[in-house]
Amino acid sequence: MTGILARHSFGALASALMLLTSGGTLAQTPSGEPIRIGGSMSLSGGLAGSGRPSQLAQQIWVEDINARGGLLGRPVELIQYDDQSAGANVPGIYTKLIDVDKVDLVISGYGTAIIAPAMPVVMQRGMAFIALLGSGTNEMFRYPLAANISPVGPTMSEDFSKGFFTVAQGLDPVPKTVAIAGLDSDFSNRAMESAREQARLFNIEVVYDRSYPPGTVDFSPIVRSIQSAKPDLVFFASYPPDSVALLKAVQELGLEAQMLGGGMIGPQVTAIKAQLGAQLNNLVTWDVYAPEPTMDFPGTTEFLERYREVAAKQGAETLGLYAPPLAYAQVQVLEQAVTRAGSLEQAAIGAELHKGSFQTVIGELTFDELGEWAEERNLWVQYQGIEGNELEQFKLPGRQVILYPEIYKSGELRTGFPAK
Amino acid sequence: MLDSFLIANAVTSGLLLGCLYAIASMGLAVSFGMLDVVNIAHPAMMVLASFLIAVICAASGLDPLLAAVLLAPPFGLLGAGLYRVYYIFFERRGQEAMQGLAFFFGLMIVIEVALILVWGGDQRWVETAYGGHSLNLGPIGLPLRMLFPALMALAAIAVLFVWLRRSFTGRAVAAVAQDREALRFMAINPIRIKTIAFGLSIALAAIAGGCLIVVQPVDAHSGHIYLGRVLAVVILAGLGSLPGTLIAALIFGVIENLTATIFGPAWSPAVAFGLLLVMLAFRPQGMFGGAHG
Repeated sequence: MTGILARHSFGALASALMLLTSGGTLAQTPSGEPIRIGGSMSLSGGLAGSGRPSQLAQQIWVEDINARGGLLGRPVELIQYDDQSAGANVPGIYTKLIDVDKVDLVISGYGTAIIAPAMPVVMQRGMAFIALLGSGTNEMFRYPLAANISPVGPTMSEDFSKGFFTVAQGLDPVPKTVAIAGLDSDFSNRAMESAREQARLFNIEVVYDRSYPPGTVDFSPIVRSIQSAKPDLVFFASYPPDSVALLKAVQELGLEAQMLGGGMIGPQVTAIKAQLGAQLNNLVTWDVYAPEPTMDFPGTTEFLERYREVAAKQGAETLGLYAPPLAYAQVQVLEQAVTRAGSLEQAAIGAELHKGSFQTVIGELTFDELGEWAEERNLWVQYQGIEGNELEQFKLPGRQVILYPEIYKSGELRTGFPAK
Repeated sequence: MLDSFLIANAVTSGLLLGCLYAIASMGLAVSFGMLDVVNIAHPAMMVLASFLIAVICAASGLDPLLAAVLLAPPFGLLGAGLYRVYYIFFERRGQEAMQGLAFFFGLMIVIEVALILVWGGDQRWVETAYGGHSLNLGPIGLPLRMLFPALMALAAIAVLFVWLRRSFTGRAVAAVAQDREALRFMAINPIRIKTIAFGLSIALAAIAGGCLIVVQPVDAHSGHIYLGRVLAVVILAGLGSLPGTLIAALIFGVIENLTATIFGPAWSPAVAFGLLLVMLAFRPQGMFGGAHG
């Protein structure tokens, strides 16, 4: 019953939002040729833990918009192919989508490793392109028709870890040393670059600074070397399989620090939350959304309730906390840009991405000339009060306490890792 | 400044890692090194075993290493059947070189896709009672997550060596690697022996799968991480040398971890595979190669 009420109220809210953004036209049954939106998505491989929930969120949006009268009065279809988490598959997928499937609009799959290989194909065809959780990908391409649904902001290499080091200033004693370790990949390299820059700004000495290659099996040499350097802070920049392996090595070898965490992709993923459970306590890590009262934007709760209802029926992950709200926002931004452009003319849609703001389930978004959020909104959360491996607890406030930015702060830092 | 304890720990953890590489490589050393069957699907089979072991453990609460022992016989039968297919369609027709390689490449893809279709793209893992704990011998720490699979690997390899040296069939397997036609003079069917040996190699993949899922979570594509390493270990050892495979795997693990500690983990693969290139340049038959004929 609650789910039905929630769905209705969400539909009403979404309809009201559409009325506002489309100049007050009433929803009608969509008619005519469907508008086809194409993209790759990581439905298997290392990124599937975020890719599949993202796809589910976008499918929910398709249902929603078709129920609201469609896009430009036409029904919407989503065409996505599995990129298997491999960037090498991505150019072929977008070539097929644009040249063979003749899609009208394109969106990215999840993450920089998937977004970057799509960019040359999309740029060559002059398509507007909205990316999902890229890390400054357009810094290299400088494509004017792109936007990125990611809180990293315009200068990731400087600002990404600002929150981590700002929060660390609240430690007693104030930390003097940091160890930095991360995967040799685009996202992690930028995260580590930012950590070095912030360490310099906060006058913190870097006592260990190494990257590791993809496919590393044993992380004990890294953790032991960090242990040997005795840092006050430990900053990891890792992808899901490495995040788990690093935290296991930290536990086994008894590495302790005043604060440990960083740009670790992994704890956000539901399966890894279930795997690590209470071991996450006191970890301070980057995130994009946390179910805290300070982040309850219009439509957020309703989206999550709807997502969880559909996910439970489909046997998918049911938290929906990391990528799904952003994936829904990705297509909301596309919807609003197309509606404002009033056509499927790509240059007009691309131009709209850089005008005004967009109302989404993750709040109001504004993009700069490269399509990054005008201001960074990297969240730094600390896991607190996790007991066992039960997933339901992660839906509750107070489990992923937001420490940064100040505007969304929902609790206080607990010192020390591991939690005592 | 690197201290001696750090180096000692790097060597120790490298040996444990090397044991994992050894059990992952040993099956390939049998199929590739002794039977001339380039089974590049071997790591994928190891991952398949890991997935099945995760299912067995979730249903029964068994330890994954014990589950691996139980899974080894059915995997052996699977391997025997697989070799028969390979023999009938490729080896008997003299097409084992390129087409046989394509067969095993295709098999690898089929296994990975099947794993995704059945279990999805998420990682699978098994929680063990000893996970997260270490055995500390003075300043040397031995994570039980690495130690127990290493012991399991060494035990399985020891059993394999004893069987190859002491049993009639085992000696026939060693003989088929050297001169399959000579076996016929002893009224032994070399195809039957090769079927048994290939089955044995796949049974070793099951044991390796059990060790792997204790060490780290796996997904359908985890085999890719090991494909290069196991081929490198088998070639470094010298085709056909099983003790050499064990030693090469240990060297590979120690070099990886020592390099990671001294120069940084980014250099580990470069140094380890660089060693392989140097070996191929100066001793193309590998460290212990030469017996294979």
